[in-house]
Amino acid sequence: MSELTKLTIAKAKEGLKKKEFSAVELTEAYIKEMENKRGLNAYVLETPEIALEQAKVSDKKYAAGTAGFLQGIPMGIKDLFCTKGIRTTACSHILDGFVPPYESTVTQKLLDAGISVLGKLNMDEFAMGGSNETSYYGPAVNPMKAKNSSENLVAGGSSGGSAAAVAAGMCAAATGTDTGGSIRQPSAFCGVTGIKPTYGRCSRYGIIAFASSLDQAGPIAKDVRDCALLLNSMCGYDAKDSTSAPVEVPDFEKFLTGDIRGLRIGVPAEFRPEGLNSEAAACWDNGMALLKEHGAEIVPISLPHTKYALAVYYIIAPAEASSNLARYDGIRYGLRVPGKHLDDLYINTRSEGFGNEVKRRVMIGTYVLSAGYYDAYYLKAQKVRRLIHNDFEEAFKKCDVILTPTSPTDAFPIGDKSMRENPINMWLNDVFTVSVNLAGLPAISIPAGLSSRGLPLGLQFIGRAFDEGTILKAAHVLEKDINFAGK
Amino acid sequence: MTDFIIETPKGKWEIVCGLEIHCQIISESKIYSGASTEFGADPNEHVSFVDAGMPGMLPTLNKACVHQAVKTGIGLRAKINKYSNFARKNYFYADLPQGYQITQFKYPIVGEGEVLIDLPDGSVKSIGIERMHIEQDAGKSIHDIDPKKSFIDLNRAGVGLMEIVTKPDFRAPEEAGAFLKKLRSILRYLGTCDGNMDEGSMRCDVNVSVRPYGSDELRTRCEMKNVNSIKFVMQAIENEARRHVGVYENGGEVVQETRQFDPSTGQTKVMRKKEFAHDYRYFPEPDLAPLVLSDDYLEQVRKEIPELPDEKKERFVSKLGLTPYDAIVICENKETADFFEKAAKGHDAKKVANWLMGDFFAMLNEKKLDLKDSPVSAENLGKLVELVSQNVINGKTAKDVFALMAETGESPEKIVEEKGLRQVTDSSAIEKVIDEVLTSFPENVAAYKGGKQGLFGWFVGQVMKASKGKANPGIVNKLLREKLG
Repeated sequence: MSELTKLTIAKAKEGLKKKEFSAVELTEAYIKEMENKRGLNAYVLETPEIALEQAKVSDKKYAAGTAGFLQGIPMGIKDLFCTKGIRTTACSHILDGFVPPYESTVTQKLLDAGISVLGKLNMDEFAMGGSNETSYYGPAVNPMKAKNSSENLVAGGSSGGSAAAVAAGMCAAATGTDTGGSIRQPSAFCGVTGIKPTYGRCSRYGIIAFASSLDQAGPIAKDVRDCALLLNSMCGYDAKDSTSAPVEVPDFEKFLTGDIRGLRIGVPAEFRPEGLNSEAAACWDNGMALLKEHGAEIVPISLPHTKYALAVYYIIAPAEASSNLARYDGIRYGLRVPGKHLDDLYINTRSEGFGNEVKRRVMIGTYVLSAGYYDAYYLKAQKVRRLIHNDFEEAFKKCDVILTPTSPTDAFPIGDKSMRENPINMWLNDVFTVSVNLAGLPAISIPAGLSSRGLPLGLQFIGRAFDEGTILKAAHVLEKDINFAGK
Repeated sequence: MTDFIIETPKGKWEIVCGLEIHCQIISESKIYSGASTEFGADPNEHVSFVDAGMPGMLPTLNKACVHQAVKTGIGLRAKINKYSNFARKNYFYADLPQGYQITQFKYPIVGEGEVLIDLPDGSVKSIGIERMHIEQDAGKSIHDIDPKKSFIDLNRAGVGLMEIVTKPDFRAPEEAGAFLKKLRSILRYLGTCDGNMDEGSMRCDVNVSVRPYGSDELRTRCEMKNVNSIKFVMQAIENEARRHVGVYENGGEVVQETRQFDPSTGQTKVMRKKEFAHDYRYFPEPDLAPLVLSDDYLEQVRKEIPELPDEKKERFVSKLGLTPYDAIVICENKETADFFEKAAKGHDAKKVANWLMGDFFAMLNEKKLDLKDSPVSAENLGKLVELVSQNVINGKTAKDVFALMAETGESPEKIVEEKGLRQVTDSSAIEKVIDEVLTSFPENVAAYKGGKQGLFGWFVGQVMKASKGKANPGIVNKLLREKLG
């Protein structure tokens, strides 16, 4: 990794401002890294020409003193974000060759702030998966290897390409989306930092929908400060998304005071089930101890409906997905596999265009919404979702943030047999993350230790709705204390 | 009440019918996108990325459509639900780009209401409204351009619709006809839908079942989709009901199905059996927040509601002295009612109504003109009636004057003056004419006096003729009686 690609956004901004290096030089360093590390399959589309053009503009703006907030910062964009004039496929065969004539609000805001776009990042097909293995373009590979092993490990999912690229220095930061843990779990697996803001913070306009009531965009970056900086640009009300929240966006960086004295850190008993991986548990305990040293108070809390979260999630998310994915019918864009009649065209296109995991979820979603099953599944799931939400409301009367592991394990090998044989095992990876999406809350994952295999483990801070500031503050303190060897 | 009984040698049956009417909302842009709703553009001219179901596109609710729906709900004397929400109705079709229609399901914006319909016997019947919700229209599939290909036009995709569902309150085809006319009239008064069934801006689904006359059971119904004129709706109801009667009387059972009305034969045929009915997998639309309306907002909309046909009719009858029949006819169309009020202002309203519904409409019909293009203005029609009331001209002359007004667009005063048509009310002048007539026809005078009373009218005619129609007929009558004894 070159010196330039090691810089955080905060440091890079300084260097660019002081003209220690140019935006073109910074971009070129990342482009070189992208070329060197193609084997990680982090990018599904590289756009170096576009990035360099943008970098040239950035240099002019620095020279003219009109630089934007993220001027000249080279970023990778998850392939779920529609990018005007740049192929966008959600890593699905069914969107083959689709070039959007419009830009998602989040990427537009980043472009307005001055970023360079290095390319589109690998992900699970339509963001459905926890290992990036459902991508039509094959899995992204985790830059980390276990001690004394050359085995390729998953980067996590669904934003696997984003986390891998940030960890490998193939971009300064990346956009991700998180429906059930898709920013936080790959961040944990790759040893980087990712935040899912409150539902409604970032506009969903132009982000290919997976599960509309759960999807939320957020950044994956090298550290907490960079996440704060990126949020400053990515968040904000958008009239084009009726579910985006008309609330003010604070300067998130201002929360990074380093002072967490008196902060009440909730620790939910339900997140420490019997049989919890002892390394994850130890990492969690260590985090608590460090926070306590900084004057935070550890408060035991209860989130009694946690045990239903996975089941609820795997009803609601597929239900919404089954409807959201109906538009991929071969009529107007993307893949079309002809058929004799309209129904054949649908069947042929969707059979060939969707991968197995997507089909599985479309079928589950169709089933739970069908007449006679709706009340038993979807409606019941919505009721339990409300209870899960209420659990958090209750808990936040006693604490200010909640600390949990991000994922029950460290990264597993690509092609892992148990995951292949039983998709439920894959879904269990989301056990610590999904309830946050169901409740619409913000949560950040930071690298918080290494497993005995030498692989990163993540800790997650969950905050009150629209209180990203406090979890950034707490994560920032812990981050400074943990001398993460992966970096 | 209209008694419409289907009587066969085996028994008496009555119709149970309900309607579902899709009304295109008058609005500048579509219900969930900013694309134009303008009619008559080239195919796929008015299509936004949202309408085309592009990846990542999200609907946003057009407040103007909500406003129109609330107005319509008030016009239907219905409960406006302060909380409503949107739902997805999922099905695949090539002209439905998202693969679902965004509609309202469990919580519609408008609840129960009623529409009063006027029946030919002069009675009024209340037809219950079950609910009304708002939703988006689909695009159009065009299958008849190419033998192998279908074409899709998405201009209509996303245009706002109001779906009005009635209770099964219709007992006769005429009642459904009267309802559709009344509904159209209300919508046009409100300006929320233009109500043109032939252009598809108002479309009607008809649900029909029958039951033994006098019973209150509800039997299996069949639905006929998209019947596109009032006449066809009435035909469809009658013919479908007769089909049901035939099925029952032959020992069969009616099966629930969707049928298609064929205007060329007047009959219905199966379109979709129940087994093939879609499972629409409704669920709350996660891309749109629930719709919550405040009391202030509803109050504000109520203030915008114009006088509607029922109230107008009532006023015309009670304040202006019109017969209920005249008032109904005049109030069906707001433009006609406005024209009438303008014409009747300060004049004898009942006479104005007679003129309007008689010579005036006949003239428009003959000239194939719309009311707005009438050569006779409302003011001039009123003045004409006034000239008769003031005895300036008589009724017969007025007809001639009206014909000239229709020709030239001139005011009646001007025509009367220029043509010297002012009627003669001077008794001595009329007496003179009468004397001349009586002198000219001594045989007839003798015959009359000999008992042929029927000749009186003939004398009147002769006097009118001799006065070139200008003599006041009342005075002529009076004087003639005196003279003839």
